[in-house]
Amino acid sequence: MERISRRGFIKAAGSTALVGMLGAPYLALGATKKVVVVGGGPGGATAAKYLRRLDPGIEVTLIEPKKEYYTCFFSNEVIGGGRTLETLRFTYDGLKKHGVQVVHDTVTGIDGGAGTVTTAGGQRFAFDRCIVAPGIDFKWGAIEGYDEKASETLPHAWKAGEQTMLLRRQLESMADGGTVIIVAPPSPYRCPPGPYERASLIAHYLKTHKPKSKILILDPKDGFSKRPLFEAGWKKHYPGMIEWVSGQKGGKAEAVDVAARVVRTEMDQFKGDVINVIPPQTAGRIALAAGLADDKGWCPNDPATFESTLVPKVHVIGDASIAGAMPKSAYAANSQAKVCAMAVVALLSGKQPPTPSYFNTCYSMIAPDHAVTIVGVYRLQDGRISEVPGSGGITPVDASEEMLRREMAYAQSWFNNITDDIFG
Amino acid sequence: MKTKTLMGAMVIAGAALSTVPVLAADPATNLLSAMCSGCHGTDGSSRGPTIPSIAGMNAEYFVDSMKAFRDGTRAATVMTRIAKGYTDQEIEAMAQYFAAQKLVRFPQSFDPKLAERGKRLHENYCEKCHEDGGMKSDEAGVLAGQMMPYLRFSLDDFLQGRREIDKKMKAKVDDLLAAEGKEGLEAVVHFYGSQHDK
Repeated sequence: MERISRRGFIKAAGSTALVGMLGAPYLALGATKKVVVVGGGPGGATAAKYLRRLDPGIEVTLIEPKKEYYTCFFSNEVIGGGRTLETLRFTYDGLKKHGVQVVHDTVTGIDGGAGTVTTAGGQRFAFDRCIVAPGIDFKWGAIEGYDEKASETLPHAWKAGEQTMLLRRQLESMADGGTVIIVAPPSPYRCPPGPYERASLIAHYLKTHKPKSKILILDPKDGFSKRPLFEAGWKKHYPGMIEWVSGQKGGKAEAVDVAARVVRTEMDQFKGDVINVIPPQTAGRIALAAGLADDKGWCPNDPATFESTLVPKVHVIGDASIAGAMPKSAYAANSQAKVCAMAVVALLSGKQPPTPSYFNTCYSMIAPDHAVTIVGVYRLQDGRISEVPGSGGITPVDASEEMLRREMAYAQSWFNNITDDIFG
Repeated sequence: MKTKTLMGAMVIAGAALSTVPVLAADPATNLLSAMCSGCHGTDGSSRGPTIPSIAGMNAEYFVDSMKAFRDGTRAATVMTRIAKGYTDQEIEAMAQYFAAQKLVRFPQSFDPKLAERGKRLHENYCEKCHEDGGMKSDEAGVLAGQMMPYLRFSLDDFLQGRREIDKKMKAKVDDLLAAEGKEGLEAVVHFYGSQHDK
């Protein structure tokens, strides 16, 4: 990983000189600095790209097992039949054009002290700084009877790709009058409004094709993200079709019987024709293996730089990180990646990281002409990522139909722009 | 016209650096501005089809827009909630940053016949303020290459009173509508949408 082509060197040297002339503070002299990025989702890919944009003198290696990435965001639209899976597929060619060295392998060890990453394929990569963005993993068995094998019959569809299509096919082959059960996860989890957006878009499909069917959401929680907006949308578009059972009302799933397609709660049991189990979650497995996670399974860090408080020189961003008031969303990961990349560039040249600023917008679709949002503008306040008082929040409950239509139109643009900002 | 001279000078200083990406401003401003690109496209050039580009936008227009979103005098979906998160100073810094970015005009699908008609209408009704075929951003946003659905939303907001329209523009739009009807307005949108980088 020491290679640098002559042309690459001239290019790197040229841009460094230009930066120097402008007095930008990133001039790194001496040995080439190395950053290893673990994970090629929205967080990892953004970090790798922006590191190269900020300082082409840094050698950036991104390690990701998959050759193609399917975005989890907008996969509910695929499940509802409004988009093809192909439109969610991204490759790493864009990152390569930025000079990121992309390695397809599985990271098995991260050693902050030695500054090395090791892989299942027997490779070893040295780093000055490491950025870990492993996303989420599932707590298999937390719901009795629901393990990885069970997800081949009762899909989670909470990592996009084959799982997304499995749930879609099951909905397509379900008879009219069937019951779809969505088992919602406890907090914290990836994409807080996701289960409810999923219910909405499945309802849209059923309303159009199988109008006698029902959707039952079994939830361990007593509330959920954008609840008043979803409930108003359900009443408007799908009256009587979606039933939400809160934790208080006995909605917490205790066990599943895969063969019988039954979900058992403390008091009751529910038979479903299609069952989508979104299990309880933790940070991605490698974060746990590398000692980056706390006893709850998420990664504590210094929010100004996202450097782990458990393993120095290793930064954790995206869904795996504990990020104060920020939700686990793709936009949050993209935003954190930029804060982290800027901080890493500064730290590698012995500079103070810049004052951070963080941002999130999450679009949720309720019907083809009706989307809603939650917005957050964040700053560092007393060592915690906090919302700027008086800003952000959800779409007003009295928003006009015109504005709800526009939110849907903007949602589609957001997808194009953020995926280009991440992978392009 | 408010602080136009000072702002103008700063824009020119910014524009001189526009060939250099990300690194032109101080790191904190870069970071602040990079938060916008998830929606508005990397460095402020949107791939659309709807969210507007903000690269190359006149700094004064940027500041006025953000303040209008913040105090609620301009309607929006998310921008009214977002603008409330930023101080005057931060808004000014972001305005300088985006004014210094080169706008990339991504291709859009348009009707060439309508665009041709729109070109003539633009010259008659719009060119006086939106100079150089809408390429310039002096007192308004860049229209040439701007996302077409966004332009329709904006025209609708002006006509429905959701956004303040200045007297000169109101008179011109009314004249255009009286002479050419709604299709005339649509033709102008197609003209702007027809302009993209080669």
